[in-house]
This record gives sequence, structure tokens and C-alpha cells, in this order.
Amino acid sequence: MRRSTLLALQVLVAVVVLGLWQFFATVPVFERMVLPPFFFSNPVDVFSQIVAWFQSGVIWKHLVITLWESILAFAIGSLGGVMVGFWFARQPRVAAVFDPYVKMVNALPRVVLAPIFTLWLGLGIWSKVALGVTLVFFIVFFNVYQGVKEVSTTVLDNGRMLGMSERQLMRHVYWPSALSWMFSSLHTSVGFAVVGAAVGEYLGSAAGLGYLIQQAEGVFDVSGVFAGMFVLSAFVILIDMGVTLVERRLLIWRPAAADGRG
Amino acid sequence: MDTAQPNAVALDDATVAFRLADARVYTAVEKAKLAVAHGEFVAIVGPTGCGKSTLLNVAAGLLKPASGSVRIFGQPLTGLNRDAGYLFQADALFPWKTAVDNVAIGLEIKGAPREQALQRAQGWLTSVGLGAFGNRYPHMLSGGQRKRVGLAQVLIRDPKILLMDEPFGPLDAQTRQIMGNLLLELWNADRKAVLFVTHDLEEAIALADRVVIMSAGPSARIIGDWRVSLPRPRDISEVRMEKDFHELHREIWSVLKDEVMKGYAQSSQAAEAV
Repeated sequence: MRRSTLLALQVLVAVVVLGLWQFFATVPVFERMVLPPFFFSNPVDVFSQIVAWFQSGVIWKHLVITLWESILAFAIGSLGGVMVGFWFARQPRVAAVFDPYVKMVNALPRVVLAPIFTLWLGLGIWSKVALGVTLVFFIVFFNVYQGVKEVSTTVLDNGRMLGMSERQLMRHVYWPSALSWMFSSLHTSVGFAVVGAAVGEYLGSAAGLGYLIQQAEGVFDVSGVFAGMFVLSAFVILIDMGVTLVERRLLIWRPAAADGRG
Repeated sequence: MDTAQPNAVALDDATVAFRLADARVYTAVEKAKLAVAHGEFVAIVGPTGCGKSTLLNVAAGLLKPASGSVRIFGQPLTGLNRDAGYLFQADALFPWKTAVDNVAIGLEIKGAPREQALQRAQGWLTSVGLGAFGNRYPHMLSGGQRKRVGLAQVLIRDPKILLMDEPFGPLDAQTRQIMGNLLLELWNADRKAVLFVTHDLEEAIALADRVVIMSAGPSARIIGDWRVSLPRPRDISEVRMEKDFHELHREIWSVLKDEVMKGYAQSSQAAEAV
């Protein structure tokens, strides 16, 4: 398929879906609304709500809060994941001792921790950051752990024969290998950082996109809920594009998946 | 052999055994006696799975023999063999480093300034014919090019002993010949002691001063030792045409053939047992 055809078809899907939504939410069929406005709003109202948020500027404050929470959750979660992943991978005994607890905590649906974090850390950004950290940490941790464990023994032996000390092996072999695994899960972990922030806000906060959605829901403002959802997904897509750029730069040494060269 | 100088590598009755998962002991190599003199190129040939690589790992210090001794320039080997450069059979380049960084690393870890290390690495890349490929990552290079980078990575450290484990095994026939000639050319410059493992008898005779034959494993032994007196410098593809080459090949092959058959029989039996 040509690029332009593809784009046209993609736009067509959006036009059809939004058109149908608008039609069934505003024009009665056999004297009944298929999509009652009270529950479904309509695209025009949703769009004007978004425009109103940006015109008045209220949205920026919420966006910035959510962005900060996501960044902090990602940074702290990744740092912790890298350090603990490294530590466990290099100390199999420590890993063996903690193994059941790691599995237990990871098995827990993280949303149930939100009330605890709110109690401990209040309604400010830190309770959301904490929720995001619990999500990001485990993804990064498991990947780094795997990355350090699965360093090729030939590459390791080569490093040793070239005269590397343990510290140099760390720096030139283990570390890049672990980072490559971490970066390969970058999309997932960044996504989870945003999930943590938004869910945390939704469950109790005073600002952020999740708060915006929760507030609109509280007064049965369905347009507001949908508008919040659209802004949130656009926000995630933008962040994801940024991640792709970073990834391309950092993982330049990795073969593309389809590269068949021996 | 020069008796005044100790051998570069000397294995004396080295036995290597591994403990298997079910607590049995598998003896890979038994009482191997092998010496590589200064500047000597020794090839080890044997059927697949006979423990050739094991012997090389012992010389490198990556494996400890269960009994017997390993001496490097007369000194008993403890830990890794710091005088040796090792060219592995599998890909051993650091995939996250460019070709030039892969070569420079050997100097950088010794504390050489980065600028200087990169400059010399570039020089080595040029001498293995990859001067224009310094910025490529390993996955962007062909198998033969990666071997060249590997060779430069090992040689830049100027090791006194070169250990090579079927380094050209995965390459196609033409590339193998080209790599063989490149190796001989580089080796001719300063004549390091070389221990070269291969399963290809022709390659061994074409390259080496001495060809050592190992029996089929387990408990593989060294069963033959031939001196190759073909004149140097040699060209790998031309030396194969010579009469002496053929005679030597026939002589060694008559011994090796039985072992290869034994090796096959054993590995197929082992496969049936599994």
C-alpha cells in the first residue's frame, strides 16, 4: 500500500467513526436517540471542550503535573530497577532469598496500593509517583536482571582474555548489555509510568489529567470525560514518539529484527 | 627446537575432566603433552567433539586441568594467561561498540589515552583490510569482516602467544583462504607462538609448522605429531598443489580417518542413547 493511500484510509476510519458517533448522538432514529447525549455526549461537544481547555489555559497545569509525575515515576523506578536488577544478577544468593517476595509483590495488582500511598504520601504528586514507581520498577528490574544474566559467555571470556578487570567487565560488558534490555522495554515502562500517574490522580488528587477526568465524571459531564481521555491519549502518543527517537539513537548498534546477514 | 629458551606453551600430562549433572565425571582430554616453541605455528586437528577447544581453554587459563601442569614461558600458569590473545570460534566482538572501538578497547583497558588507542586501532583495521569500516557496528559487517575485526582486536595488544579456536570455521571456502593468507602475512611480521585449532586437515597443513592429531573423545589423547616442512612464505591456495603437501596429507589422514570414524560412531551412539 502506498503511504498516501494508507494515510487516507487511516483518516477515513476516524471520519467514519466520529461521523457515526455525531449522527447517532444528535439525530433521532425512529424517534429514539441511539446514543443518548447524557451518556455519550458527541464529538462536537467533546472537541469544543478540548478547545475551551486550551483557550483558557487550565489544561496546561494538569498536563504539566501529569508529565512531572510520569517523569519522576519513570526516573525513580528505572534507577531502582537497574540497581536491584544488577545486584540480584551478580549475587545469585541474594536473588534466591528474595525471589518469592519479588514474585509476590509483582503479582499484586498495583492499583490496590493507591489508597495506601495516598494515606502515606498525601494527595500531592508523590503518591502518584509512588504508584508509577511500583509499575516501572518491576519491568526494568526483570529486564536488567535478564540482561546481566544472559550476557554471552564468549563475549565475557573475550573481555577477560583482553585483560579486563571485574570493574571493566562491569563497564564494558554487563552494563551495556543490561541497558540494551532496559531500553528494549522502554515503551512499556514509560507507558506504565503514565498509567501510574493517571490512575493515581483518578483515585484521589487535586490536579492532573486523571483528576480532570474524575472531576468531569463526578458532575456527569460526559464531554469532559471524553475530552480528558482524548488529551491523555494524545499525551501518551507524543511521549511514545519521543521514546522512539531516544531508542533509535541509543540502540543504533542493534541489528534490525529482520536483518538476515550472517 | 631451541632448548635454551623455555617453550611458549607447555602442557605436561594435562587431564581435563568435567563433573556432569548426574555427578559422573566426564574426562574430555587425558594426559595431553604438548609444547609450542617460540615463534612456532602449531595446529591441532581432531574429530568433532574431541576436546580440541578444551585444550586451548586450558592454555588460555579459562579452564584448569584436573591434573598435570601448564607452563607459559617456563612459568606455571595461575589464573588467566596474560601473555595470550584468544580468537574465539563464536562471535566475541562487543556488539555495542563500533569496529574501531572494539579494536581500541584492548589498549584502553590497559590505560592508553583514548585518542592514541583509536589511532592505533584504525591502523590495525587498515592492516586487516577494513580501514573504511571503523564506524560500523558488528551486525553491519559480514562474518569474514567480523573475524578480521576480531583478529585486529587480539593483535593490537601484541600478545606473545596467539590461541585460535577454529576461527575461520563458520566462513565460506573462499573467505577462509583469504583469511588464512591474511593470518600468515600478519604472523610472518613478528612470528608469535600460535596454537591453532581446526577440524580441517588441509587448513592445518597449509598454515602450520607442526600438525598435532587428537584421538576421538572422551578421554581424547594426542596421537600424532607431524612437522610440516613446506617452505615459507606460503600461499594457502598454491601450497595445496605441491607434491609434499599431498604426501603429508595422505600420511596424516590415514591416522586421522580412523579417529574421525570413531568420533562419528560415538556421537551417533550418544544420540541414540539420548
